[in-house]
Amino acid sequence: MTVHVSPCAAPAVDPVTREVRTESGQREVFCGLTGIVWLHRKIQDAFFLVVGSRTCAHLIQSAAGVMIFAEPRFGTAIMEEKDLAGLTDANDELDRVVTQLLARRPDIKLLFLVGSCPSEVIKLDLSRAALRLSQRFSPGVRILNYSGSGIETTFTQGEDACLASLVPVLPAAEDEAASLLVVGSLADVVEDQFKRMFDALGVGPVAFFPPRKSTALPSVGPNTKILMAQPFLPDTVRALQERGAKRLAAPFPFGVEGTTAWLRAAADAFGVAPAHFDKVTEPNRARAERALTAYKSELAGRRIFFFPDSQLEIPLARFLARELSMQLVEVATPYLHREHLAEELKLLPLDVALTEGQDVDHQLDRCRAARPDIVVCGLGLANPLEAEGITTKWSIELVFTPIQGYEQAADLAELFARPLVRRAKLVA
Amino acid sequence: MQLTVWTYEGPPHVGAMRVATGMDGLHYVLHAPQGDTYADLLFTMIERRAKRPPVTYTTFAARDLGKDTAELFMTAARDAYARFQPQAMIVGASCTGSLIQDDPGGLAKSLGFPIPVIPIDLPAYQRKENWGASETFYQLVRAIAGPKAPPPGTKRAERAPGVRAICNLLGPTALGFRHRDDVAEITKLLGQLGIDVNVTAPMGATPADLARLGDADFNVVLYPEIAGQAASWLHRIFHQPFTKTIPIGVSATREFIREVAALAGVDPAPVLAEAATRLPWYSHSVDSTYLTNKRVFIFGDATHAIAAARIASEELGFKVVGLGTYSREFGRDLREAAAKYGVEALITDDYLEVEAKVAELHPELVLGTQMERHIAKRLGVPCAVISAPVHVQDFPARYAPQMGFEGANVIFDTWVHPLMMGLEEHLLAMFKDDFEFKDGALPSHLGTGHAPQTAPDVPEVVIALPQGAPTLDDAASAPAAANGAAAGAVWAPEAEKELQKIPFFVRGKARRNTERFANENGVATITVETLYDAKAHFAR
Repeated sequence: MTVHVSPCAAPAVDPVTREVRTESGQREVFCGLTGIVWLHRKIQDAFFLVVGSRTCAHLIQSAAGVMIFAEPRFGTAIMEEKDLAGLTDANDELDRVVTQLLARRPDIKLLFLVGSCPSEVIKLDLSRAALRLSQRFSPGVRILNYSGSGIETTFTQGEDACLASLVPVLPAAEDEAASLLVVGSLADVVEDQFKRMFDALGVGPVAFFPPRKSTALPSVGPNTKILMAQPFLPDTVRALQERGAKRLAAPFPFGVEGTTAWLRAAADAFGVAPAHFDKVTEPNRARAERALTAYKSELAGRRIFFFPDSQLEIPLARFLARELSMQLVEVATPYLHREHLAEELKLLPLDVALTEGQDVDHQLDRCRAARPDIVVCGLGLANPLEAEGITTKWSIELVFTPIQGYEQAADLAELFARPLVRRAKLVA
Repeated sequence: MQLTVWTYEGPPHVGAMRVATGMDGLHYVLHAPQGDTYADLLFTMIERRAKRPPVTYTTFAARDLGKDTAELFMTAARDAYARFQPQAMIVGASCTGSLIQDDPGGLAKSLGFPIPVIPIDLPAYQRKENWGASETFYQLVRAIAGPKAPPPGTKRAERAPGVRAICNLLGPTALGFRHRDDVAEITKLLGQLGIDVNVTAPMGATPADLARLGDADFNVVLYPEIAGQAASWLHRIFHQPFTKTIPIGVSATREFIREVAALAGVDPAPVLAEAATRLPWYSHSVDSTYLTNKRVFIFGDATHAIAAARIASEELGFKVVGLGTYSREFGRDLREAAAKYGVEALITDDYLEVEAKVAELHPELVLGTQMERHIAKRLGVPCAVISAPVHVQDFPARYAPQMGFEGANVIFDTWVHPLMMGLEEHLLAMFKDDFEFKDGALPSHLGTGHAPQTAPDVPEVVIALPQGAPTLDDAASAPAAANGAAAGAVWAPEAEKELQKIPFFVRGKARRNTERFANENGVATITVETLYDAKAHFAR
């Protein structure tokens, strides 16, 4: 095991630059291709074509689980022996597959060529292929490229790579007036709630990125203010900043506190009077707090351990510690972007063990030694830990379920309470 | 490149994982990028295993590629050996691992572990999951049983009189469709014949058990896709004959009993006489008459598809209208089987091709994998699962073998159930205009005093129904109606209404045939007469 102590750990009192264990070794995580499973539901006229191996196809199929559609909007161009022989052939083959696909699916307006480990290792230039194919199929279909490979991306980073590839094609904002861009895919129901809230606050115009249709891309410019809805989007935000947009520092909208601070960051940037902010948010805050009380008695004092998965771990740990009084044993994240997580780190208790990266066997040793009340981990670890008598909450659900905002605060708490209630209920 | 939406088989290293996960005391060190650990959850979730698969992945990332990935592999192998203390280790690379051209076999050898370390080379861009499982098992058997091989030319010693015959059960793996219960069923059957099982492998075996494979008198091959290659090798090297019959279905189980009895030198008669199976009687009972010539489409791995076709045709009285497999390695066997039923073999791993075939053939029942379940659902056709790949519900808690006599019982229930559902649904639709079935109608047993004397006699309808359906079915022998057959002819309201009286699962075909008939005969308006003219025309 290699444990590096972060060099900037000296002033341990600073919550943002606090010490973080950096671990490397075997990682039990998804690759970025998995992002396709929720992204294709969000952008309804987009198709995701992975250029990879049978493994990639098998992964997406396993991750998509029962979401088997008659005509799913994702697929894999499986590379075969002959594609590996020479690169020119591979390009011709790709053109053929894309032509075949677009003929089958004339409703597709946006096609992502998604790079994988095999395509990255053999250095198949998918960005050039995207450019070449875009010329051929424009104006009907726009073709972009990003990498969802395991060697470059972990799970939700696939969304970051996807959205970052969209940034260059966003129209330039002509307006002098400020506008708000909420970045990160949210469930439609959550998006609609936030939209109503921003309208009531008088914050706007508001656009969401990614959009539901690729034909309705939001514009971006120097007067665009970015509010990050998801913590795993550094490349997307950097690309937006390069186009002049400004990021608003805020924690993430989990729980009452997170949602309030997140909305307030936008309200402040748009000069909303504090009294008006309180008046608008008060009923929702009160309702959410009321709904949370039911779970507080279940969760308070329980010890929780997070394995790394989605980068949602730190904001979720903050919510569980501060609003539900849970004790944090270890909070691990695949990557820690200190600037984007700064507001979260300020709120996180100082004595929490933070880990960036993973060496799964060693982490399991720590987990077993700590005997937490509940462990947040992937499905590869969940049942084996349950069999050892350790209650788990499988982490992937946190990416697919609407959990942001006031109305979902109690639903989010319930996701953690349910496994504990279940364990207590079962006699045999 | 091949455009793929859903795949029937995973990559070959998943096959190797199925062998490793089925065994005990074996560890697999896999040179693979971050993310390939997704395969763990097939075992922990679909098969609901309580332990992590015994696989260590190197999980290299892009930043490692510039450095020494070989060193990364050696560290992973060293750590895995120290932590898990396996009896043997297999090493190899996943599809990306094989592109970076480290040599897992050579690297692991150089570490000098005091256990067998077996390199498994799996051509990830040519082969698939079952091939990977077969190759892994074969290499393991060769490496571990091989050193115990008798000198060439040695004859097997005769078994002493009074000593029970012993055999190995070869083929069951982790993530195998009903492997758990098939092993139990066949072990029980062999026990009844007076034959003991020496080693069951890979599932449940340790490397030490593999070293004892040569002790058996013969081998029982349960799944040729996985064990065929190893069994042939054992035959060559240890002179162990192996069984060819797959005991799925009543007739096949009987044949299997005769085959093993001959190999073991025991009398099969008592076990054959006892044959505790209900399938034949259930199938003969009058309730099953409506199953006669039900048009069935079968797709799956070759072993299960071929077995299913035989049961369907000979034991349930269905009509096999399509037979296919995704196992290209067994294409010849499947073609032979298809020829027996006079159907064209469909050998493909493209589920869209399977879907097109199902749509074209208009079967009344689909027997297939998880994919066919979804295809059938979409087309509104009853379906039962007979082969991997399967979802979690097909790793049931209850005892549910496919093999042996209990397997035959399970198969009867599983296949007939969706048809009964179909019949029920049809009856409900048929009676939807009946005043007794209307919303708000009082249940007649509550004695409201006006239950109709002339209420339809339900049993009569049940009997009448199959007579109508097969007549229309036979039309399928005609080539599928051309697309765009609807152009021209218009349905008269009464004809449309009459069409609704045809069972929903053949209605689509009846519609197409009628439209085709109308177009070919220049009929502009399809009347009730046209409908029955067409029916008569295609019934010939």
